[in-house]
Amino acid sequence: MTILNLLFIVFLGILFFISYFHISNLVLDVYGRRSIKKYNFENSIRVIVFIAPAFIVLFIFILYPVFETVRLSFYDKFGREFVGLYNYKWAISDPEFRRSILNNLVWLLVVPTLSTFFGLVIAKLADNIWWGSIAKSIIFMPMAISFVGAGVIWKFIYEYRGPGDTQIGLLNAIIVSFGYEPQAWITIPFWNNFFLMAIMIWIQTGLALVIFSAALRSIPKEMLEAARIDGASELKIFFSIIIPYLEQTILVIWTLITIIVLRIFDIIFAMTNGEWQTGVLANLMYDWMFRGGGDSGRGSVLAIVIMIGVIPILSWNLYKHRQEQKI
Amino acid sequence: MKKISLSSILSQLLLLFFVIIWIIPTFGLFISSLRDKDLLSISGWWTSLTTTEINEIYRMPGMNAQIEEGGYFKIKGNLFEENSGKKIQSFGITSKKINEFNVSEVAVFKDESEVTVDEDGNYEWQSKEAFKKKKGKRLFTTSLSPPSFTLENYREVLFKEGIGRAFINTIAVALPSTLIPLIICSFFAYSLTWMKFFGRDTLLAIIIASLVVPLQMSLIPILTIYNDFGALFGVAAKSYPGVWMAHTGFGLASTTFLLRNFLKSLPNEMMEAAKVDGASHYEIFLRIIIPLSIPAFASIFILQFLWCWNDLLVGLVFLDQVPSEIILTAKLKELLGSRGENWEILTTGAFVSMTVPLFIFFALQRYFIRGLVAGSVKG
Repeated sequence: MTILNLLFIVFLGILFFISYFHISNLVLDVYGRRSIKKYNFENSIRVIVFIAPAFIVLFIFILYPVFETVRLSFYDKFGREFVGLYNYKWAISDPEFRRSILNNLVWLLVVPTLSTFFGLVIAKLADNIWWGSIAKSIIFMPMAISFVGAGVIWKFIYEYRGPGDTQIGLLNAIIVSFGYEPQAWITIPFWNNFFLMAIMIWIQTGLALVIFSAALRSIPKEMLEAARIDGASELKIFFSIIIPYLEQTILVIWTLITIIVLRIFDIIFAMTNGEWQTGVLANLMYDWMFRGGGDSGRGSVLAIVIMIGVIPILSWNLYKHRQEQKI
Repeated sequence: MKKISLSSILSQLLLLFFVIIWIIPTFGLFISSLRDKDLLSISGWWTSLTTTEINEIYRMPGMNAQIEEGGYFKIKGNLFEENSGKKIQSFGITSKKINEFNVSEVAVFKDESEVTVDEDGNYEWQSKEAFKKKKGKRLFTTSLSPPSFTLENYREVLFKEGIGRAFINTIAVALPSTLIPLIICSFFAYSLTWMKFFGRDTLLAIIIASLVVPLQMSLIPILTIYNDFGALFGVAAKSYPGVWMAHTGFGLASTTFLLRNFLKSLPNEMMEAAKVDGASHYEIFLRIIIPLSIPAFASIFILQFLWCWNDLLVGLVFLDQVPSEIILTAKLKELLGSRGENWEILTTGAFVSMTVPLFIFFALQRYFIRGLVAGSVKG
C-alpha cells in the first residue's frame, strides 16, 4: 500500500464517522421542525443516532468478548468442543503459568508501591521550589514515551560486555569502576525481574507525581502553618499530616498503577520475551494465542486470570459510582 | 532560621538526585543516537562528551605508493579520514609496544627503514633502498578524538531500516484511532449527560465497569471475528480499519467517562435556554458543547493519541508485520531481536519513535497533565 493510498484511507475513515453524525442529524433536524408530535418521535430517534455507534463498538469490542472469552475458556484449542475445566487444570499444573503468576504478584507488590512512594516524595520535594516545575517535567517525561522505547533505553543501560572489554552499558561501567565483575543483568533469574520493574517505576512515578502535585495544593495552608508553629519538623508534618490527608489520593494512584501493571506486556516482551524466568500472564497469553497455531482455550484462561485481578477494583468503582448517583 | 535553610538545601539536593537519575537514561540514548557507530560500540556514551583515547591499527601502503625524493624512497600518507579531528598521542611499530614512540620521534624498523608520524596523522616512511613488498608495515596509533556528533545514524535508520515507513504507518494508525473515538464518544457522552432514555444508568454503570477491563479479555474473540469477517468477504483479516476500531473499542470507556465528567460540570441552564429557543440537540452540541469542550477534547486527544502511538500489543495482534503495516513499536521490537548489537540503529530508532510523544509532551504538557489528573481522580 503506498503512502498516498494510506493517507486517503485515513481521511476516508474519519470522514465516514463525521458524515454519519452530520447527515443523520440534519435529516432529523428538518423532520423534527414539522410538528410537536414529530418532534417527540424525532427525539427518541435522535437518542439512537447519538448512541448507536458507541454502543455497537462497546458491544463488539468489550461486552461480547468478555462473555466469549469466558465461554472459550471451557472449550478446546479451536473453540469447538466443550472440555469442561480442562484448561483450568492445565493452568494450575503448568510451571510456566505458576512462574508467571508469581512474577505478576511481585510486580503488583513492588511497582505500584514504589511508584506511589517516589511520586509522593518527589511531589513534596518539588513543591514550593523555584525549579520545582522543571524537575517535575523531567521526572514526568517518561510517561510520554512507549514501553518499547523505554525498553531500548534501559536495555542500553543494562548492556553487558565480557569482563575484559570496555563496558558501554552505564550500570556495568559503574560496577566495573568500583572493581566488581560486570553482570548480564537481565539474565539473572528472579533479580532480573527487579531490573525490568525499575523501567516501569521510572515511567509510572511521573503519573503519581502529577496527581500528587495537584492534590498537595488542596491541603489547607493553615493546617501546615499551625503544625509548624507548634514546632513539628517537616518530616513529622509529612508523615503525620500530609500522608493521612492524601490517603484517598494514594489509594486512587495505587489502584491506577495496579491496573496498568496487571496487564504489563510490552516491557517484558521487548526486553526478554519472557526468557530467564521473567514471563508474566500477559506474555504467556500472547504466547498461547499463537503458539502451535494458537490455543484459544488456554489463552482465554490466562485472560480470565488477569481479569480476576481487576474484579475487586471494578466492584469498588461500581460501588463508589452508585454512592455518587444517590447524592 | 538556619535550621530551615539546611533542611531546604538537603531536600533540594535530594530532588536534584532524583532528577539526575530520571534524566540520565533518556539523555544517554539521545547522545548515543548522535554518535559515530564505530565509537558507539567501543566506548560508553558518557565518554563522548570529552575527548576519547582511541587505539587503532593502520597498515601503510606498499611498493606501489613509493616515490623517490632526495636519494630516499618514501611512502607518505595520512592515518585519518578527512576532518576526523583526531590528534595522535603516540604510536608504535609492534603490537607489543603500541605506545613506544611519541609524535615526531623516529621509529626504525628491522629493515632499517624509518617512519615518523606527526600530530595530524601525516606519516612519512622512508628507506635508502626501494620498497619491494606489496603490503606495507603496520602502525599502532593512540590518538585523542574530540567530541564529534553525526546525523548519519538518523539517515540510515529512516531510509534503510524502514523506520521512516513505520513512522508513517504509526500516524495512519494513531490519528484515526484517536479521532474516531473522540467523535463517537462525544455524542455518546452528550446523550449520557443531557438526554433521558431507558437504560441510561445501566449504560453508565457498564462504562464504569469497562474502564478497568483488561484488553486481554478482548483479544481472542476480536481476532476470531476479524478472521471470520476476512474469510467471509474475501478481504484481509488484518487491516488499518480493523486496528482503528480495536483502538476505538479499547479507548471508548475512558474517553466517554472523561467527557461525561466534563459535560456534567457544564451549567444546565445553558442547555435549557437553548432548548427553549428551539435548538435541537445537534445544534446545542455543535454550537454550545463543542466550543466549550475544546480544552477537554485537547486533553483526551493527547491521552488517546499517546496511548495509540505507544501501543505495541494491538498493533502486533491486529496488523500484519510487513513493511506497509508495521508500526514503530513493533519495528523497534523487531530490531531489538535482529540488530540487538547495533546500538546505533536501536538508539536512533527509539529516539525517532519518541519524537512525536516528546513534542506533544513539551508543547502540550498542561493538557496532558489535566487529562491524567481528571482521569485519575475518579477512575
